[in-house]
Amino acid sequence: MSLSREKDYGTPLRTSQILVTLSIDGVQTRVPAGTSVMAAAAKMGTQIPKLCATDTLEAFGSCRLCLVEIEGRRGTPASCTTPVEDGMIVRTQTKRIADLRRGVMELYISDHPLDCLTCSANGDCELQDMAGAVGLRDVRYGQDGERHRTVAVDDSNPYFTFDSSKCIVCSRCVRACEDVQGTFALTIDGRGMGSLVTTGGPDFLNSECVSCGACVQACPTATLNEKSVIEMGAPTRSIDTTCAYCGVGCGFRAEMQGDKVVRMVPSKAGKANEGHSCVKGRFAWGYATHKDRITKPMIRANITDPWREVTWDEAFTHAASEFRRIQGAYGIDSIGAITSSRCTNEETFLVQKLVRAGFGNNNVDTCARVCHSPTGYGLKTTFGTSAGTQDFKSVAMSDVILVIGANPTDAHPVFASRMKKRLRQGAKLIVIDPRRIDLVRTAHIEADHYLALKPGTNVAIINALAHVVVTEGLVSEAFVRERCDLSDFESWARFVARHENAPEAVEKVSGVAAHEIRAAARLFATGGNAAIYYGLGVTEHSQGSTMVMGMANLAMATGNLGRDGVGVNPLRGQNNVQGACDMGSFPHEFSGYRHVSDDATREMFEGLWSVTLSPEPGLRIPNMLDEAVEGRFKGLYIQGEDIAQSDPDTQHVTRGLRNMECVIVQDLFLNETAKYAHVFFPGSSFLEKDGTFTNAERRISRVRKAMAPQAGLADWETTLAFAKALGCVFAYDHPSQIMDEIAALTPTFTGVSYAKLDELGSIQWPCNENAPYGTPIMHVERFVRGKGKFMITEFVPTDERTTQRFPLILTTGRILSQYNVGVQTQRTANNIWHDEDVLEIHAFDAENRGIRDGDLVAIQSRSGEVALHARISERMQPGVVYTTFHHAKSGANVITTDYSDWATNCPEYKVTAVQVQRTNRWSDWQEEDRASGDLLRIIERKADAAE
Amino acid sequence: MSAHKLVRMANQIAIFFRTQPEEAAAAAVADHIKSFWSPVMRREIYAHLGAGGEGLEPLARAGLEVLKACDAGAYDGVTK
Ligand code: SF4
Ligand code: SF4
Ligand code: SF4
Ligand code: FES
Repeated sequence: MSLSREKDYGTPLRTSQILVTLSIDGVQTRVPAGTSVMAAAAKMGTQIPKLCATDTLEAFGSCRLCLVEIEGRRGTPASCTTPVEDGMIVRTQTKRIADLRRGVMELYISDHPLDCLTCSANGDCELQDMAGAVGLRDVRYGQDGERHRTVAVDDSNPYFTFDSSKCIVCSRCVRACEDVQGTFALTIDGRGMGSLVTTGGPDFLNSECVSCGACVQACPTATLNEKSVIEMGAPTRSIDTTCAYCGVGCGFRAEMQGDKVVRMVPSKAGKANEGHSCVKGRFAWGYATHKDRITKPMIRANITDPWREVTWDEAFTHAASEFRRIQGAYGIDSIGAITSSRCTNEETFLVQKLVRAGFGNNNVDTCARVCHSPTGYGLKTTFGTSAGTQDFKSVAMSDVILVIGANPTDAHPVFASRMKKRLRQGAKLIVIDPRRIDLVRTAHIEADHYLALKPGTNVAIINALAHVVVTEGLVSEAFVRERCDLSDFESWARFVARHENAPEAVEKVSGVAAHEIRAAARLFATGGNAAIYYGLGVTEHSQGSTMVMGMANLAMATGNLGRDGVGVNPLRGQNNVQGACDMGSFPHEFSGYRHVSDDATREMFEGLWSVTLSPEPGLRIPNMLDEAVEGRFKGLYIQGEDIAQSDPDTQHVTRGLRNMECVIVQDLFLNETAKYAHVFFPGSSFLEKDGTFTNAERRISRVRKAMAPQAGLADWETTLAFAKALGCVFAYDHPSQIMDEIAALTPTFTGVSYAKLDELGSIQWPCNENAPYGTPIMHVERFVRGKGKFMITEFVPTDERTTQRFPLILTTGRILSQYNVGVQTQRTANNIWHDEDVLEIHAFDAENRGIRDGDLVAIQSRSGEVALHARISERMQPGVVYTTFHHAKSGANVITTDYSDWATNCPEYKVTAVQVQRTNRWSDWQEEDRASGDLLRIIERKADAAE
Repeated sequence: MSAHKLVRMANQIAIFFRTQPEEAAAAAVADHIKSFWSPVMRREIYAHLGAGGEGLEPLARAGLEVLKACDAGAYDGVTK
């Protein structure tokens, strides 16, 4: 595979239906209206020299290198800022233009240090290229680049440097930070030759910069450059793949030297990200080759024994014989598996197949249990399908954006950038969140309504919004009449119109002023295209599923479904959590969300797999752990999840794990769960395998192998070999064959294949004979279930109440630089931004308890106690405290409880009653965990034990 | 699983379905439990029901009665 670079058209391509005909250098061409002359020429294959233009940014017209001649026009206009016109006759190469361009280049070069041969951007520098393109041979004004030499290189950011001596002040970085990322961290100070790019802080690290890298990518010179490139030199080959961090699913080009990654460059062709990325995907890939990676299979009889490295064969034989022994002794249902939302669709499909066909039960679940299972239930009930309704692009057509229980700038940063762009263009914003997230007020954006509700009162608020819509005559009657079940609508309308759902009544429970609720509802119903975006702040509640249905009700009642700019959109956490759900990872459903009791579906699977399958739902993760505590569930195969850290009520989880006789962990690292494991299968990173991920917009994208698996096997091969040891015959030579089987068995995937993915880049399911190219927007003419179903969503306060003993509510969330349980990001330089979880607390609550910023505080709930450092924060409202759960040592889930969503058992992470007080020691759990953790992780290494 | 937990879960389900317009709220509760609970969990709650069903909301109890009959093969109103 050679190094491929995406073509740069100089200015963004336009999509107008109106075509314009013009002639460039004597050749006729037709392009959409609004296209620049530069882009029109580039489309024909004529690259007009340029420096300040690049097609991810609107043209700026400052460098004057892209001059052209246009018949009938005076002077030499800049081709980047000149739109095409019908009949235009353009010449890109004349003697006059060539002289002018050389003159411009001469000025640039005279001010630039000419250390090209030793420069880190040598071979990848547009200034160098342009000097060549314009035929620069001589520089009359000297060429020592004196001007900027005195400024020191800023290498404060862990991933890139800023060497302003090489800056040509093209402002591409400034515009990338503004237009693409939306952070506005950079400015150009000074004027003319004295101008300089500055960060507004002492350096990049101590500025507003969020390290997205957009400026680095936009910079045409070595001024902003990746440290990895400076260290390693230029990449020599590249491979297209998909980010393995969050549910945005950004497309990337892994640029390599041999089997080493030099840098990750977001692809412009990636439809989820259109050339943008965040700090995790672009920079935080070092974990893949971290020294902590376990690359040899290991086993041990007891969790207190040291690990023993063995061959793959021994590991498979041992694991299989243990599982069969356990089933012999305790019954078929005594084992199960957890599929990974970080692994590929194909790997996930294989694990659930192993459980259903090989274990002979349906005890399979996935981490979506603890995040978006209510989304699946709620959207399936109301609309008929368990997924979000829109593509990401749709947000560019929204007029009102309602963000509930999500923090996109931290957790879904690239989508947040797209959303912020629309907000800067004037779309209105409503934020509903107990914590004042960044989006409430950020550069050039301010929420029109911020509803700071009390945790646990989402349903009350959504009902109050609906109350205003119904009682003030704001229902979209035409939509409801045509698209929804009318009798359900009428019952629902009567329900929300009840007095207890009025904003004035809800004010008392939610703490949000009635007039704010009314104003937000009116804006949502009358402001044009209104879209809902939500996250785990919606789902991780005892009424998570009810709330999802409540949002679906609101969208239906206001007619905001089935077209661009609207919809109900879950922002999914992990890279492949949508895919894991689609692939049949739930104990009650086959792929494509079909219940195991459905005879026709089951018979189809039985036919292809040649086995008899159970028609009964299996155990969900919390049920497996409960059964384990009771002593009936004894064996668990966990692919790429860390339930000992990520699942609620840690001490209950670890009690369950300790009670099992064979826990198999397949992972990159010895994670927290591996402390309780008997078999360790070393996993493979996304760089080491082929497969697909499905992002939050149902987009299936290819993951491509860039290097060999460090442990010798890709994850799908490991499951395959384990299955074989268990006596199952699964015959696949490549993940594409697994996808073919998925397509054969899943109506929403029948049109999906690797060949089509290669051809189209990515596909949004459903993709079948009705939608051969996929489905960007769902429910366009009718709902998948036929008529949209309004559900009654009575507000039922959670049983988790504050008391005198536990007077505060703890809620949890994420931060930009860390990912989930942190096993990956903590093995990168991202720790510089967040090296510990802290407890955010309002000044009032802190003062009452004599807590100062930075104090160690004990946080106690009825489940347990941990200690964290306190941060006094204006983001919090009195009575509510907040922490992230990225670091194992914090044990955030030691304090969360076993309360869960009524429909899906998704844990109620977002509401835990706690007390907080100053302390001078870590909690007992933390001390014990530290002591026992090391003990449970000892490896007795044997040289060359593994094949 | 502890009966206490199962009772709590069944009650949560009943609390949701008690407000739905369907006449057969008990059937909806039964249907939900049948769809999501494993046979072991169902057997355990039936045992609890048999022992008096302490703590169960009336609708949860009604739903479980329906489902219990169904699971015993005597009722086919809940097929999912
Ligand atoms: S890395 Fe991103 S946020 Fe930081 S200055 Fe560059 S564009 Fe702006
Ligand atoms: S740092 Fe790079 S992108 Fe920014 S103005 Fe200088 S040369 Fe242009
Ligand atoms: S936004 Fe998500 S998918 Fe995109 S680069 Fe960042 S972590 Fe990766
Ligand atoms: S590229 Fe057109 S003015 Fe710079």
